[in-house]
Amino acid sequence: MAVLMDRNSRVVVQGFGGAGQREAKTSIAYGTQVVAGVTPGRGGQTIEGVPIYNTVEDAVAKHQANVSLIFVPAPFAADAILEAESAGVPLIICITEGIPTLDMVKVKRVLKSSKSRLIGPNCPGVISVAQRSRAGIMPVDVYMEGKVGVISRSGTLVYEAVDQLTRLGIGQSGSVGVGGDPIIGTTQREALELFEADPDTEAIVLIGEIGGTAEQEAAEFIKTMKKPVVAFIGGATAPPGRRMGHAGAIISGAAGTASAKQQALRDAGATVVENPGDIGSTMQRVLKEKGIA
Amino acid sequence: MKLHEYQAKELLARYGVPVPKGRVARTPEDAEAAARELGGRAVIKAQAHTGARGKAGGVKVANSPEEARQHAQAILGMRLVTHQTGPAGLPVEAVLVEELVDIEREIYLSVAIDNTPGMPVIIASAQGGMDIEEVAASSPEAIFKQHVDPACGFQPYQGRALAFAIGLDGDLLGPAAALIGNLVRAFEASDGAIAEINPVVVTKDGRLLAADAKFSIDDNADYRQKSIAEQRDRSQEDDRELDAHDNGIQNYIALDGDIGCLVNGAGLAMATMDAIKFAGGEPANFLDIGTANNPNAIAAALRLIGSDPNVKAVLVNIFGGLARTDVIAEGVIIAKRQGLISQPTVVRLSGTNMELGMKLLDEATDIDLIRADGFADGARKAVAASRGEK
Repeated sequence: MAVLMDRNSRVVVQGFGGAGQREAKTSIAYGTQVVAGVTPGRGGQTIEGVPIYNTVEDAVAKHQANVSLIFVPAPFAADAILEAESAGVPLIICITEGIPTLDMVKVKRVLKSSKSRLIGPNCPGVISVAQRSRAGIMPVDVYMEGKVGVISRSGTLVYEAVDQLTRLGIGQSGSVGVGGDPIIGTTQREALELFEADPDTEAIVLIGEIGGTAEQEAAEFIKTMKKPVVAFIGGATAPPGRRMGHAGAIISGAAGTASAKQQALRDAGATVVENPGDIGSTMQRVLKEKGIA
Repeated sequence: MKLHEYQAKELLARYGVPVPKGRVARTPEDAEAAARELGGRAVIKAQAHTGARGKAGGVKVANSPEEARQHAQAILGMRLVTHQTGPAGLPVEAVLVEELVDIEREIYLSVAIDNTPGMPVIIASAQGGMDIEEVAASSPEAIFKQHVDPACGFQPYQGRALAFAIGLDGDLLGPAAALIGNLVRAFEASDGAIAEINPVVVTKDGRLLAADAKFSIDDNADYRQKSIAEQRDRSQEDDRELDAHDNGIQNYIALDGDIGCLVNGAGLAMATMDAIKFAGGEPANFLDIGTANNPNAIAAALRLIGSDPNVKAVLVNIFGGLARTDVIAEGVIIAKRQGLISQPTVVRLSGTNMELGMKLLDEATDIDLIRADGFADGARKAVAASRGEK
C-alpha cells in the first residue's frame, strides 16, 4: 500500500480556492477520493462537483474524511492545521509556504500529544502510486508504479528524482515531501521509518538540503535499516548565512553544511549522490548491486 | 530581517532588558552632542549588519566630545569590510554613541528556534564575547540550554537555572533571571528568529548590561510585525536583491558566477546551482520563482538576471508542479522578444503542461533558445554557452 495513503483515503481540501480546486481535480482524475472542501462561509455550495462545508468537523461527520489537504494562506494556516487536528483527522498535509515559525511552535506542541500526523508545511504532499491515491501538488504523469520510495524536503526535487527514475524504467511506490520549513510535522527520519516498514517499498531516495540537523538524525536511523538508501543534499554551493528560499535552508553552523550531512549519511551506509543529475542512475546501480532490479 | 544594534537595543529596552546609556547619531556633530550628553567619554560603534566590527575599525573609544566627533567623522561613510560582508563591505550611515562601562565579566546569551523539538531555546555561556560556534566546538560543557515549552511559556526557574550555571549568583541572580525572561518575551512578542546578546557584561559596579545586541525577525511574520519591518535598512542589502523584492520575487540571492538561473522551487534552485558547479561553471544567482505564476513576473525575473553584467548565459530550469510550464514559456518568450535577456538562454521544461509549454517555444521561431532535455543536460549546455561554445 506504500505509505500514509491508500485507496481508502478520503481527502478533504481546506482552502478550496484556485490552487485547491485545481489540485482536487487532478487528484480526482488520478483516482483519489476527494470527498469535501472546506471554505468558511461557503458551506452548502458545490464546486467542481465537490461539496463545500464551513468546518472540517462537518466534512468529517458527513464524509468520514481521513486526510486533510491544506491550501489556506500562511497567516491562517496554523489555525487550519489545528482545526483539522481538533476534528480528529489522522493525516494532515499542509502545502502552504510562509507560516510564521512561532505559529508552528504551537502546532508542533499540540501534535506531540495528538493522534494526528502532520506532513509539511511547505511541502508537495503525499502520493501512493499503485493505490492511485494523491494528496498534494505533484504532477502525476512522471510517476510509474514500482518499488522505490522518495522522501524530500523540496517539492520540485521530488518530481526531478521521480522523473529520473521513471526515465530509467524504475517505478515508485510513492513519495512523501516532508517540507522545507524549519519546523515540520514529520521528519525525514520518520518518513524513512514508514518506508522501511512498507512491504511495497524496496529502496529509498532521500533528498535533503543545507540547514538544520534533520539529515544527521535521519542518518542515525539509516544505520539500522535493511533497505538501501540513495541520498542527495541540495545546496553544496550555497553561501553560508543566506536563507536559500526555504525558511529552513540556511547554513548557520558546521552541522548545516552539505558536506557535514553527506558525511553523516555516508557513514550510516547510504549511497550519497553529489551531482543532482545522477540520482536515477545511482539508484539503478544500487538496485543491481543488491539484486533487486 | 536583521536589525541594527541600536534598533535591537531599543527593542530590548522596551521589554526591560538593561542596555548602556546612549543613542544613535548620523552626523559627526550629532555624535559629539551625544558624547557630551554622556559626560564626554563614549564608545562610537559603526551600525552595519555584520559582526567583527571592532577588528574592521568600526568601533572606537573617545575620551572627549571632540574626539567622538573625529571618530564619527572617520566611521560615517566608510564601507565596513569584515569576513561576513565580502570584499565590497557594507556602508555605515549611523553610529551608536554609548557610555563606556568598566567590565568585570562577559556572558553569552541568546534565544533562537531549535528545529528538532520545535521550540525556542535559550543558550547561555560564561564565555561571553566569543563566537558561540567556537565555544560549542571547543568546550561544549560550557554551554547551557533551556527550551521554552509553548504550553506553559518561559518559567522563572529556567532563568535561575541558567544564571546559576554561568555563575551569576548572589546579588546578580535576580537581575540575571529577569534579563533572561525579558529577552524571551522580546523574542516571542517580536517573532524573533535570533536574539543574541554577546556579551552581556557584568560591570565593576555590579550591573548587568547588554553591551552588544543582534536581533533578526522571522521574514514570514513581517505582516504582523509592521513597526519592526518599517525599520528595515535597505542600504545594508544588495541592490539586485532589493530590485527583485520590489518586483515581487522574494527568493533571489546574488552570487559571484556568470550563469544566471531561473528555477521553480528552492530545492531545485539549489540543486541547479550544484549541477552548474558540477558541469564546471559558477552560478550568478539563486532564484526561486515561488508562486509567481504569470508571464510578466517571469519576464521581470529574467530582466533582473539579464541585467547582471557578470551573466554570460542563462539557464531556465523548470519542473512544473503548482508552477505551469506554459506560463514560464510565455515569460521566456516575452523576455527574449523585448530584449530583456541578450545572453544565450538554455531552457529545460518538465512537469505540469509540459507539452503546451514546449509547443509555445516551438512556435516562437523568431527567438533563439537552446533546449535541454533534463537537468544535467541543461547545466552542461549553459556552461558551454557561457564560454561561447555550441
